[in-house]
Amino acid sequence: MNLTFREAMLTFKRAPLLSALSVTTIAFSLFVLGLFGLVVVNLQDALHSVEERVEIVAYILPGTPIEATAQALKDVEAFPEVQTAMYVSEEEALTRARAELVEFRDVLRELERNPLPASIEVKLKPGFRDADHVAAVAERMSGFGFIDDVRFGRDWVERLDRLRQLAAAVGIVVGAAFAVVAIIIIGTTIRMAVLQRGREIAIMRLVGATDGFVRRPFLLQGAIKGLLGGAVALGLSFAAYLLINRYLLQSSFFTQEEALAIVAFGAIIGLLGSATSVGRHLKRV
Amino acid sequence: MIKFSNVFKAFPKGGLALKDISFHIAKGEFAFLTGHSGAGKSTVMKLIYADERPTSGEVRVSGYNVNEMRPRDVPLLRRKLGIVFQDFRLLEDRTAEENVAFALEVTGARSSTIAARVMRVLTQVGLAAKAQAYPRELSGGEQQRVAIARALVNEPTVLLADEPTGNLDERATRGVFQLLRDINASGTAVVMATHDLDIVRQAPYRVIELQEGALVYDSAVDEPRDQMATP
Repeated sequence: MNLTFREAMLTFKRAPLLSALSVTTIAFSLFVLGLFGLVVVNLQDALHSVEERVEIVAYILPGTPIEATAQALKDVEAFPEVQTAMYVSEEEALTRARAELVEFRDVLRELERNPLPASIEVKLKPGFRDADHVAAVAERMSGFGFIDDVRFGRDWVERLDRLRQLAAAVGIVVGAAFAVVAIIIIGTTIRMAVLQRGREIAIMRLVGATDGFVRRPFLLQGAIKGLLGGAVALGLSFAAYLLINRYLLQSSFFTQEEALAIVAFGAIIGLLGSATSVGRHLKRV
Repeated sequence: MIKFSNVFKAFPKGGLALKDISFHIAKGEFAFLTGHSGAGKSTVMKLIYADERPTSGEVRVSGYNVNEMRPRDVPLLRRKLGIVFQDFRLLEDRTAEENVAFALEVTGARSSTIAARVMRVLTQVGLAAKAQAYPRELSGGEQQRVAIARALVNEPTVLLADEPTGNLDERATRGVFQLLRDINASGTAVVMATHDLDIVRQAPYRVIELQEGALVYDSAVDEPRDQMATP
């Protein structure tokens, strides 16, 4: 292990330029991927905040005893999809309407009788905020006898669904394309490092080095390069995020796990890139 | 020790590099492998250190059957051999000492023993004073001595030398050849491929001569010759 580490470090000392070039290449490939990742993350945030507004409102028939409503509220809260279920009384509905519908303030003030029904407002748990689940919950709720009508903006939820699917598809395809490009570029860079040491590899084998012995320093070195490249890419992404935040729009950065994933991805590509190019080289020589 | 039985080796693009070669080199023997360039000397060497496999026939080297050995056994075979080339094949960015130590490290030798073993072989080849020198700071003869030290450090049973004096001037050639003789005198078998007949005539060793891939003369089997055939 010591020896592996020493040999891996020697490469950086011996070919500093090529090593720096590898790290830079890896960094920029991953930076592009990181930028795309930022777009995805922020798009997802935006979608989530829209999703938060997905809501099912069940209007209650006037004159329904409060006990029945309370029981129904409990039942609805027990639905596996439901995050919160809230009872909104007639009065509350009116107060809200007065606050929200400013244009109709006069009309609302002059009402003799409250025309607004009480309702149960249901929010679904994340992951259930799509058309199918919303419709299913609405369907179940309309089964209660005292429910007059259930609304959830079917068209709107369906459109949100499509948007979400589109975003996911684009994210996967473009993300995969970027990842493949990054892998190819990084693989090529690492291949250069391996070819540069072809003579050395040949000599190692002549004096009786096993393939594993030849391979290990390259794997370590590839992983270190990938790790460094990933870290630099993360730094660049963060700089880009700061700039965007200051001059363009409020956005969010990767979570700690996502940031770690980028660096780990770099290390893994570095490792796999080295493994395949050394493997190929060893087979060929 | 080294046994070739009816070995044929085809070139990848057709034609035969070796035709029906059979010989046996015993433990502790010194044998010259002679012939023009292209006669097949290097191919014989490569078969011995399992860089190539015979197309047909059998090659056995210190207990291994080169025909059917598993790839992972190849390094184990090579550790029993010392290999020296015309172009030295030293690692340019390591000192003489590091080049020799490398051959030990590769085998997983205990690091506490490496330094002493390296100095011992460098002393044996007469280069102890230049242990810290890089290959570019050494003459051709000195570089070849480092290569020989590297070949010896694993205490091989056979030393393979493929045109070890091909790049050296006369003085260095004599020195390196003497070194190989000393090594042989201490019990290591030496197979030396060369087309330098002056060297071959100097010593009373066995001569195996190849011509266009065929074995045309073996002093251990054939009648002695007064006059060596051209090369």
